[in-house]
Amino acid sequence: MNKTSCEVLIVGGGAAGLSAAAAASKTARVLIADDNPNLGGQIWRAELGKTKSPQALELIKSIGSGKVQVMNNAQIFAASGTNCLLAETPEGRIELEYEKLIIATGARERFLPFPGWTLPGVFGAGGLQALVKGGLSVAGKRIVVSGTGPLLFAVADYLKNKGAIVAAIAEQATSFNIRRFGLHLLARPSKLAQAITIRSRLLNIPYLTGCWVTKAIGDEKLTAVTLVSGGRSWDVECDFLACGFHLVPNTELASILGCRIDNGYVAVDEFQRTSANGIYCAGEPTGMAGVESSLAEGKIAGLAATGQSETARSLFAERDRARGFGNALNDAFALRNELKTLAQPDTIVCRCEDVTYGRLSEFDNSREAKLQTRCGMGSCQGRVCGAANEFLFGWKPGTVRPPIFPVRMEEL
Amino acid sequence: MTTILTASGSREFIFDLLQMTTSTKTFDVAVIGAGIVGAACAASLAREGLHVVIVESKNVASGATAAGMGHIVVMDDSDAQFALTQYSQTLWNELVPELPTLAEFENCGTIWVAADDEEMNEVRRKHDLYSSRGLNSEILDERSLRNAEPNLREGLAGGLLVRGDSVVYQLFATRYLIETAKQNGSVLRTGRRVLEITDDGVKLDNGERILSKLIVNAAGFAAADLSPGLVIAKRKGHLIITERYPNFVRHQLVELGYLRSAHGTSSESVAFNVQPRGTGQLLLGSSRQFGAETDEIDHNIVRRMTSRAFEFMAGLRSLSVTRVWTGFRPATPDNLPYIGKLPDSENVYVAAGHEGLGITTSIGTAELITDTILGRETAIPIDPYLPGRRTDTH
Ligand SMILES: Cc1cc2nc3c(=O)[nH]c(=O)nc-3n(C[C@H](O)[C@H](O)[C@H](O)COP(=O)(O)OP(=O)(O)OC[C@H]3O[C@@H](n4cnc5c(N)ncnc54)[C@H](O)[C@@H]3O)c2cc1C
Ligand SMILES: Cc1cc2nc3c(=O)[nH]c(=O)nc-3n(C[C@H](O)[C@H](O)[C@H](O)COP(=O)(O)OP(=O)(O)OC[C@H]3O[C@@H](n4cnc5c(N)ncnc54)[C@H](O)[C@@H]3O)c2cc1C
Repeated sequence: MNKTSCEVLIVGGGAAGLSAAAAASKTARVLIADDNPNLGGQIWRAELGKTKSPQALELIKSIGSGKVQVMNNAQIFAASGTNCLLAETPEGRIELEYEKLIIATGARERFLPFPGWTLPGVFGAGGLQALVKGGLSVAGKRIVVSGTGPLLFAVADYLKNKGAIVAAIAEQATSFNIRRFGLHLLARPSKLAQAITIRSRLLNIPYLTGCWVTKAIGDEKLTAVTLVSGGRSWDVECDFLACGFHLVPNTELASILGCRIDNGYVAVDEFQRTSANGIYCAGEPTGMAGVESSLAEGKIAGLAATGQSETARSLFAERDRARGFGNALNDAFALRNELKTLAQPDTIVCRCEDVTYGRLSEFDNSREAKLQTRCGMGSCQGRVCGAANEFLFGWKPGTVRPPIFPVRMEEL
Repeated sequence: MTTILTASGSREFIFDLLQMTTSTKTFDVAVIGAGIVGAACAASLAREGLHVVIVESKNVASGATAAGMGHIVVMDDSDAQFALTQYSQTLWNELVPELPTLAEFENCGTIWVAADDEEMNEVRRKHDLYSSRGLNSEILDERSLRNAEPNLREGLAGGLLVRGDSVVYQLFATRYLIETAKQNGSVLRTGRRVLEITDDGVKLDNGERILSKLIVNAAGFAAADLSPGLVIAKRKGHLIITERYPNFVRHQLVELGYLRSAHGTSSESVAFNVQPRGTGQLLLGSSRQFGAETDEIDHNIVRRMTSRAFEFMAGLRSLSVTRVWTGFRPATPDNLPYIGKLPDSENVYVAAGHEGLGITTSIGTAELITDTILGRETAIPIDPYLPGRRTDTH
C-alpha cells in the first residue's frame, strides 16, 4: 500500500492552504493535498498561472521554491487511526501520515429549495461560473442572477463578459442593509475599489434589492422565473437562473477527526488550533470572511503549527480586521425569513432520495428525518439538503460518517 | 394546605391536581424502548386491546435497530434459535400485505454460499435439517449458483437457496409498528429515559412517574441496567453501503463460513455478507467484535471485510461507497434472547438481547410476550428464552 509522510499536512490548496504552506515550509516538510487538478481553490484555481493577483503569484512562487510537496487530485475521505488520513487518487489509495494537520477545506454553495429549483437550467451561481469556465457557452443566453452577497456581482460580471444577457440581479437583502455595508467598505479601500470597478461594468443590469425568486417555471427546462419585491411579483423570461445563498463551510473532515464544531463552524483558538490535538484549521471552515481572512488565518496556522508562535501573534490584528469585514458582510446579507416559506409541500428538498418538504415537516430533528425518509442518505451525503434543512427547520446536521466523499470500495 | 393558598398559590395547587389526575391514570403495560423489539411488543399488545405506553429515551428506531441490516433469516445455530426465527419468518410473511411500500419488504431469499466441497457437506446438512422442519430450500450446484448470481466468482462449489427469507427496511417497519400501536390507543413518549422500574410503573429522568400494571423491558443492551440479573454484552459490527446498482446482487448472499466466524470464540471475525436493498444499494457486512465499546470505525476491520467480499465478488471493487457505520448487537451469553417474565418479579417482562437477529425475531418475540401476558399458550415453547434460564452453559 502507498504511504507518504510529512511533518505538516495541509488539506486544501485554496487561499488558506497555500498561505499556510508558504508559512510552514520555511521550517518544516510540508505536504499539501487538494482534490482538484490545480491549486488555487475557489478563486484562483481556474486561472492559476494566468492570474494577475500579486498575492496568488507570490504564494505560488514561494511554494514552487520551498519544501512543499504538492499532491493534486487527492481527495481525503477518511482518517485511519491517529495522525493518518486516507486519500483517493488516480493511482489508488494513499495513506498520508503527519505530525501536524492543517484543515483548509474551504466552503461550498448553499442551495435553498423553492418550487422549480430542480429544473434543468437552475444552477448555483458558483457552479454556473465553473461550468462556463469549463466550456459551457452562455453567449446570447438570458440569465437571472439571484440570491445574496457580493458573489452575485462577481458572477454577473463574469457571465456578462462571456456574452450572456444578465436580465436582472435579484438581491434579497434590503438596500438599507447594503448601504450600511457600503459604509464599512470605506475602511477597506482595496475591497471598495474592487466593488466599484465591478459595479460600473454592471451598470446596464437592473440591480434589484429586497428582491428574490419565488419560483422557477418551465416544463422540461427553465423558461422563466417569478420574482417578488415589495409585495409585487412578476415573471422574467430566462434560459438560466444562477442562485447564490451564501456558502456552507466544509467541516466534514474536521468533524470526523473529532474537532469541536460551534454553530456550524470549526471552533479554533487565536492560533487557529482546533479542539483536537495537533490539528489546526484555517479559512472558510472557521467562518465566512472572504479571501483576506483566509490568507491571514492560513499564515497563522502555518506558523503556529511549526512553533513560530511569536511571528504568528504579530498577524492577529490583521486577521481580526479581515474577520470583522466578514462579519459585517454576513450581517448585511443575512438571509430573510421569507425564504423559509418558499418551499411547498411537494417541493423536493433532498434530490438524491426525492424527499419533499411536506414529508420532512413531519419530523422535529435531522436524525429522525434522516432515518425515516432517507433525507441526506444519498450520494451527496447530505451536503446539499443538510444546509437547506438547517435554514428551513433549524436542524443541526447529523453525525458525519466516513467516507466524507463517495469512494471506490477497493480504496476504503 | 388551605392556609397557605394565595391567589397565585391556588393556581399552582390546581395545576398540580390536574397533573396528578393525568399521571395517576394507570396503563396496562409500559414498554421501555422503541427499537424494533419494543415497537413490535407495543403493536401486538395494543392490538389485543391493552392500554400501552412506550417510553423511549431518544427517538423511535435509533439504537441497534438503526444500525442493523434488515435481513429476515432463519438460522439453525441451535434448535431454539431455529424455532424462533422460523416462527418469526412466518409472522413477517403474514404481515406483508399490511406493510407500507416504504418498508421495502423484498422476498429476495438467502443464498448460503459454499466455497468448497467441505462447505457443500454443510449445505446438504442444512438442507436436510430445514426439510425435516418443514422449511423449503434448494441445493444449488456451481452452475446454478452462477446463474442465480452472475457476479459471484467462478469456481465456488454451490450453495443453499432459502426462498422464504427476506429483506426489510427495518426503520420504516419499526415506524409502522409504532403507528399501529398508536392507532390502537398506545401513547409514545420519546426523549425520556426510564431510570428505574418500580412495583407500580416506571420512574423517568425528570422525576415523573408513569403508572403501569406491567412493564416490558425492551431497552436493547441497556435492558440489563434496568433489570439486574440479565447479562447483555455489546457485539460491535461494521456495515458498508454503496450507491445504487440495481440487480448487481439479487439475493442476500452469506458465506457459509459465516457460521464458523459468527459463533466462533475469537473476539473478532469478518465474513462475506451482502444485501440488495430495495433502493438498488448494496449493504455489505459484516464484522463481529466483542470488547469494542466505542462506535469508532476500525479501518483494519473494514479492509478485512472488503478483502473477504472481493474473494467472492471481485466486481464490488469498483462500486462507489457512500458510507460506513458501526452498531452494537445486544448479545447474551448463550446467543438467545431474553423473552418472558423476570424471575422473582410480579410485574416485569423482558424482551431484549436479540444479538444479530433482532430484526427477524422482534415479531415472534412480541407474540410470545403477548401470549404470556394474556395467559395464552404460546405458539412455540418459550422456556429456552426465559430470563431465568441458565445461560452459562450452551
Ligand atoms: C462556488 C464559489 C465561488 C466563489 N467565488 C468567489 C469569487 O468570485 N470571488 C471571491 O472573492 N470569492 C469567491 N468565493 C469565496 C472564496 O472561496 C473565498 O474567498 C476564499 O477563496 C476561500 O479560501 P479557502 O482557502 O478558505 O477555501 P477554498 O478556496 O475553497 O479552498 C479549499 C480547497 O480545498 C479542497 N478540498 C476540500 N475538501 C477536500 C478534501 N476532503 N480533500 C482534498 N481537498 C479538499 C477544495 O477543493 C479547495 O480546492 C467563492 C466560493 C465558492 C464556494
Ligand atoms: C451491524 C448489525 C447488523 C445486523 N443485521 C441484522 C440482520 O440482518 N437481521 C436481523 O434480524 N438483525 C440484525 N441485527 C440485529 C438487530 O439490529 C438488533 O438485534 C435489534 O435491532 C435489537 O432491537 P432492540 O429493539 O432490542 O434494541 P434497540 O434498537 O437498541 O432498541 C432499544 C431502545 O431502548 C432505548 N432505551 C435504552 N435504555 C432506555 C431507558 N432506560 N429508557 C428508555 N429507553 C431506553 C434505546 O434508546 C433504544 O432505542 C444487526 C445488528 C447490527 C449491529
